[in-house]
Amino acid sequence: MKKYKPYLLLILVLITDLVLLIINRDLGIKVSINTGSHILQMLAILPPIFILIGLLDVWVPREQFMRYMGEKSGIIGAALSVLLGAAAAGPLYAAFPLAAIMIQKGVKFSNILIFLGAWSTMKIPMVLFEITALGSQFALTRWVVSVVGIILMSLIISQLISAAEKEGIYAQHSAE
Amino acid sequence: MFEIILYVLVITSLVYSFARDKKKTKIALMKSWKAFMNIFPALAGVLAFIGLILTVLSPDIITRALGQNTSIWGMLLTSIVGAITLIPAFVAYPMAASLLASGAGIMQIAVFVSTLTMVGTVTAPLEAKYFGWKVTILRNGFAYLFSFIAAIIIGIVLR
Repeated sequence: MKKYKPYLLLILVLITDLVLLIINRDLGIKVSINTGSHILQMLAILPPIFILIGLLDVWVPREQFMRYMGEKSGIIGAALSVLLGAAAAGPLYAAFPLAAIMIQKGVKFSNILIFLGAWSTMKIPMVLFEITALGSQFALTRWVVSVVGIILMSLIISQLISAAEKEGIYAQHSAE
Repeated sequence: MFEIILYVLVITSLVYSFARDKKKTKIALMKSWKAFMNIFPALAGVLAFIGLILTVLSPDIITRALGQNTSIWGMLLTSIVGAITLIPAFVAYPMAASLLASGAGIMQIAVFVSTLTMVGTVTAPLEAKYFGWKVTILRNGFAYLFSFIAAIIIGIVLR
């Protein structure tokens, strides 16, 4: 039974899809098409990200990461985290495994949160899109407010997570 | 476009890595595969779930439901829709623009864009698998509140 537990959500959703397909054929078909397109989108963006994770793992020593983004990296570490997150492409869930390898390499916890925050809402490709759709004043104001907000939130959350809890998270990723 | 840059970058690095050290590159690729398989079940579940939700709550239905909201309730409504749904940027921005054109307020759109990108209710199980539930709830909770602050500032600046 334990072997199937990770697939629980997938199985539940697929059962729902199947029921939907039986009671409402048109909607069921639409769901299948949408699900397929999301999985294709994942297959397009994830292979390079996971290859990058493997390469970072073997080529970049822990000391390098710790020096620039570790506990004593200060403002440079925070700035680097913003830059790395903002330079990204892809949905937020693609950032999680990258953050995991950063944790494994000893990157400071608040910098991990800054990286995730920057990735979520400050990505340069997204900002360019936002400028064309909603205007540069809207997009740039939101970007500037987001930089400040994300750094502040990351520092606050980092304070709210105890040292023991952080150790637990770091241990989970270094064990893998 | 950016996906292409990512691919070029990664393939170049991979070729370079292989030329320098075959064995190390093999280990790297094995680690890549392991990291991917580790998350695959949860990821597939979440993506299937998004496929289901996005069909039932299509951009069309959301646009109609949000309409020309300019009240504080409108802000609350757009924020909830933004926090729950996960819509790719190339769908979300045209949608936000058409909402704006049809008379929705700037703050309602701002809170929508921020919650949409920063708060991920559907992907929370995945996030928790990496960072635990406490971090996940704190990150999403703060991001949700921040979206309102950002929206108010944008509303003031763009007035």
